[in-house]
Amino acid sequence: MLVLPALIGLAFLVLPLLGLLVRAPWSTLGTRLARPEILDALRLSLLSATLATLLCLLLGVPLAWVLARIDFPGRRLVRALVTVPLVLPPVVGGVALLLALGRNGLVGHWLDRWFGLTLPFTTAGVVLAEAFVALPFLVISVEGAVRAADLRYEDAAATLGASRWTTFRRVTLPLIAPGVGAGAVLCWARALGEFGATITFAGNLPGRTQTMPLAVYLALENDPQAAIVLSLVLLAVSVVVLAGLRGRWVS
Amino acid sequence: MRSHRATLRIASIAGLAAALAAGCGNKGVEKGTDTKSGTRTVVVFAAASLTESFTALGRTFEASHPGVKVKFNFGGSSALAQQIDQGAPADVFAAASPATMKQVTDAGGASAPRVFARNRLEIAVPKGASGKVTSLRDLANPKTKVVLCAPQVPCGAAALKALKAAGLTVRPVSQEQDVKAALTKVRLNEADAALVYRTDVKAAAGQVRGIDFPEAAQAINDYPIAALTKAPQPGLAGEFVQSVLSPQGQATLQQAGFEKP
Amino acid sequence: MIDARLVVRRAAFTLDLALTAAPGEVVALLGPNGAGKTTALRALAGLTPLSEGHLHVDGEPWHDRPAERRAVGVVFQDYLLFPHLSALENVAFGPRCQGVGRREARRLAAEWLERVGLSDQAARRPRTLSGGQAQRVALARALAVRPRLLLLDEPLSALDAHTRLTVRAGLRRHLAAFDGVAVLVTHDALDAMALADRLVVIENGAVVQEGTPAHVARHPRTDYVARLVGLNLYRGTAGGHSVVLPGDAVTFNTAEALDGEVFLAFPPSAVALFRTRPDGSPRNLWEATVGGIEPHADQIRVHLEGPVPAAADVTPAALAELRLAEGDRVWAAVKATETHAYPA
Repeated sequence: MLVLPALIGLAFLVLPLLGLLVRAPWSTLGTRLARPEILDALRLSLLSATLATLLCLLLGVPLAWVLARIDFPGRRLVRALVTVPLVLPPVVGGVALLLALGRNGLVGHWLDRWFGLTLPFTTAGVVLAEAFVALPFLVISVEGAVRAADLRYEDAAATLGASRWTTFRRVTLPLIAPGVGAGAVLCWARALGEFGATITFAGNLPGRTQTMPLAVYLALENDPQAAIVLSLVLLAVSVVVLAGLRGRWVS
Repeated sequence: MRSHRATLRIASIAGLAAALAAGCGNKGVEKGTDTKSGTRTVVVFAAASLTESFTALGRTFEASHPGVKVKFNFGGSSALAQQIDQGAPADVFAAASPATMKQVTDAGGASAPRVFARNRLEIAVPKGASGKVTSLRDLANPKTKVVLCAPQVPCGAAALKALKAAGLTVRPVSQEQDVKAALTKVRLNEADAALVYRTDVKAAAGQVRGIDFPEAAQAINDYPIAALTKAPQPGLAGEFVQSVLSPQGQATLQQAGFEKP
Repeated sequence: MIDARLVVRRAAFTLDLALTAAPGEVVALLGPNGAGKTTALRALAGLTPLSEGHLHVDGEPWHDRPAERRAVGVVFQDYLLFPHLSALENVAFGPRCQGVGRREARRLAAEWLERVGLSDQAARRPRTLSGGQAQRVALARALAVRPRLLLLDEPLSALDAHTRLTVRAGLRRHLAAFDGVAVLVTHDALDAMALADRLVVIENGAVVQEGTPAHVARHPRTDYVARLVGLNLYRGTAGGHSVVLPGDAVTFNTAEALDGEVFLAFPPSAVALFRTRPDGSPRNLWEATVGGIEPHADQIRVHLEGPVPAAADVTPAALAELRLAEGDRVWAAVKATETHAYPA
């Protein structure tokens, strides 16, 4: 009873990828791949996704810990807020970021006035946009790991003289490491594929803010073959990274 | 002052949302005829910059053709052209550039396109701008944050042509995916200037200021329209094209800022 | 030495426990599940805050210090060895937290592992250690912080019977060598008797009895303790060498001469059973119903019901001769020399 829908489901996921592979301009692949704008976009994508993941780790792990461990009024509301970027269309996320961190945004206004710092149209803006949409993946994964971790290990650490920070760093963090790793992988993959928030908040400039998904979208305008090549590269990178890390973290 | 800014911001989001719907929302198009209720539907694929004027034209067409509904699919011209090549059930295609129309005619999707309007570039600056930008030359100032359309889309190609004619090198902070996105950056005051169509400045209804520049004449954009050969409603398709070319249709387009072909 | 009064209030439960102990003393907190033993231990460790009371260790107030600032060592029930650290790193964890350098901490840890006989397991991860080995690593980890108060929560309960024997002997040795106060929580009378200098019996959050193992074993004061040490226990009124149970159910002759409220205890092996009323003194004799029969070591334990419920141990041969079955009426008698009375 379940096998047929399962097979259809699988086909549904695999067929589009197959389409990419079949229609790819294999004969000109080499020359297309070596073009500097593709390498630029790839380099920028990898860099910004990695930086976004680091940012998410830095902010998301403490956030997840607080959500899992500290019972404060409004915790349910905060948890709901954290997951908003999951359901929010990324483009709307980009607009929201502009209104908050843009040159005239709530906070961006002061960043500009005090530090001369503007985030839209910069690589930092790309990282922020990607982190915005990817953070929930990390927080959800890590919060689950923190909840599942045995609190009594922290008791044991305390009786051995460990401060709360030492306990977190040397006991809790290693205990939740698999959850953090899985979250970071998901987070990175989401950041790598980010399109809507990035193009809305950071714009599109080759070498600076044009990541692979943006390059794919614009290539579709006048050079679909190039778009297919770019998509293949993105696909290959994701598959390699996910396959490489999945076995290690999600087992 | 603060409340004024807030209103501007909200208006900007609304505008942006509309632009997004136009730019990315290439929604599925319904079948040409709904035989059950007896109403007929003509499906028009049109460039995003035609959103306002064609919506108005569609209403007029529906009024003069009882029992007929006009459905629009606004989007980037090249994306629309690709959808048509892939067999999207459209009756009429109105493109923002001859190149994109050529994509369709070359594939045999249409024949004998006619230019129905021309669009001219303007410099769009934020409404309350300090006057830092008054001419095309000011866009070359490295301190000016300029947003252009990506060279892959018609407005970007036109901008490059105009800048080349003026002998200027502009380093944009961003090459936006379509003209509405470029305009949005100016609306939100994130960019100091953008090169967009005059029609877009008009559609932004006072939220940005347009600055004319002579070099725009070097990069006039022709808008071709054609009934498609595989149109589910060939008769209505021809009639719609005629209505766009009619004096009444031309008046509507000129009201929106288009020029006569 | 420690001097404590631990009060922890919960919704449906209050622990109120006074506890003092001298350096080198091993105190066992003995009690049924839910009596509050573990709560008391956590309060001593600083993991559960006191609602009221105090804790002084060597004259220093500890009650307002968090766990990490108390010189305690804790061996947890399932040891809680950090799974991501080797045995050596587990033991070195405490000294590192106390500011000892990395190399010195590892050297100390190696020393402790040697003392518990696990030098060759230093690099192993906890999950690859046997139960007995893990227990010894946990002990080494607790002792490596040089605690003045060593707390052990059911230290042997996770082990199988055989391992338990050897680990108990080892633990005894280390406790004897420890110069601070050791508090051990257990519900196992044998562990408590074998390891502790003094037993503190807790029931429902309060101390019900306290004393040396030998004293407690001979003078149980609650049914729980009596069951634990394997005695039949009654309360009665003494007058000279006789004790009358409530309602004049039975009168016992006793060796001790006492007056007033007393406890009366005798072992199941002191009870003799008869099908018919034996001749002679009516004292130390009562009629009962057989409630249950079960093997008990190499004897048969017969549970007697009636006004004087008791356990009686008889040989299989005697049981066969009596041909007892559940529900039968029997006569039970106890020799006066084997009863033991003491003031309540």
